[in-house]
Amino acid sequence: MTEQILTFDNVSKNFEKIRALENVNISVEHGEFLALVGPSGCGKSTILRIASGLDYPSSGTINTSTKKVGYVFQDSTLMPWRTVRKNVELLAELEKIDKESIKKKADDIIELVGLQDFADHYPIALSGGMKMRASLARSLVLEPELFLFDEPFGALDLITRGRLNVELMQLYNSKNFTSLFVTHSVEEALYLSSRVLVFSGRPGTIKGEFKVPFEYPRKADIRYTTEFAELAGEVGKVLEKYS
Amino acid sequence: MLTPLIKKSLPPLLVLFFVMSIHYFITYGVLEPTRRFLLPPPHSIIYEGFFIPKHRDEILRGLFLTTRVSFIGLGIAFLIGFSTALLMSQAKWIERSLYPWAVFTQTVPILALVPIIGFWFGFDMLARIIVVVIISIFPIIINTLTGLNGASKNLHDLLTLHNSSRWIRASKLMIPYALPDMFTGLRTSAGLAIIGSIVGDFFFGRGSPGLGMLLKVYSSRLRTEELLSATFVACLLGVSVFWAFSYLGKRLVGHWSEAWKT
Repeated sequence: MTEQILTFDNVSKNFEKIRALENVNISVEHGEFLALVGPSGCGKSTILRIASGLDYPSSGTINTSTKKVGYVFQDSTLMPWRTVRKNVELLAELEKIDKESIKKKADDIIELVGLQDFADHYPIALSGGMKMRASLARSLVLEPELFLFDEPFGALDLITRGRLNVELMQLYNSKNFTSLFVTHSVEEALYLSSRVLVFSGRPGTIKGEFKVPFEYPRKADIRYTTEFAELAGEVGKVLEKYS
Repeated sequence: MLTPLIKKSLPPLLVLFFVMSIHYFITYGVLEPTRRFLLPPPHSIIYEGFFIPKHRDEILRGLFLTTRVSFIGLGIAFLIGFSTALLMSQAKWIERSLYPWAVFTQTVPILALVPIIGFWFGFDMLARIIVVVIISIFPIIINTLTGLNGASKNLHDLLTLHNSSRWIRASKLMIPYALPDMFTGLRTSAGLAIIGSIVGDFFFGRGSPGLGMLLKVYSSRLRTEELLSATFVACLLGVSVFWAFSYLGKRLVGHWSEAWKT
């Protein structure tokens, strides 16, 4: 039995009169890659906000066994007045970690996401995909044990998105963090995750759970296999029924 | 290097040429010789204003005094305006309390206020500076406040996730984010500051004679050449200040800000 890094126990959330989440039960195991798919406005992001402590459940309880949580937002949320390197160093700076000790690590991580040639560029000079890579690098510096992804690639074109999915897969394989990944792309969810939870429209409730049988590390071309397509079809049906 | 410069300066020069032509036409083609004092030709305006040492020194001294009052006033307006905006950005209730009064500084009929300021603070530098501050503070407050409040919710959340203090939030996020807007405000306010110091001068009518006072003296004596020279100098000052702040903005935030992109 593996240890739980994050559990949601009967969590509901209301925003004034709107019920955003209803009786959500989630348990995320150490090292797993869990994806949440659902229609827009189903409260998926709220789950991440609650998981990170940015928001609180109206009822129910949550438990996290780690404080090392990384949060990747829908947009890259880089500070435009900082170079890529300075952006990557930001969180360490906020956590008051010694600057010198972070420098080497920041460089390594910038290289890991393939931005070494852009380390001294400002975000204004980067493409959408590069900004997202910089955003990932920023979170990676603190070596989070639990990574919360809030539709991080939603604003990118499909080609860039596909490529970043593959890169994230490589990062996951090399860094071994736990992931809770929110998306409304079934394909993205299936390619990345070991388990998919399907949410209904508001109020968000879990309507289906799918194990994704493909072995890690996953190659990019598993997305073009028949098994992948069939599973995507099944997930898609549930998603469509409840959205 | 020369070609883009020519390309850039040619259109305004053409406009200048066109306006000059109309000017000459009115002076020599429309006005009778006895009424030419109403609009003296450009060359005699330039000659009277800038080539007769007495007039030139008068105008240059006026320019210096006006510039000095404007800059001191603008500096104070910036300090007060920036602090006010920062204070307003810290809590909604502070913003709500101060906002109407900030608008008040802009809507107050400054012409009515200027004499009162003179009664209260005398007719010297201090009163002039106060007029400048009142007239130029609003764009600084409003633009800086817009910038301070403009950072995305996600960026704020990111700082919240890392337990950032109010000070860290202001210094690492809100203030840098506000810089481009702040420069926009300063650029607008700089022009207003010059108008403010001229208006103050014009009304106080004593103390150190800045451009405003010269304008008043020249117009009362029907010295149209010097009047237009001094007006031209005042405009030139406004343009240079606008240009200087544009340059400063581009230099300081142009490398990262979309709005000030070079």
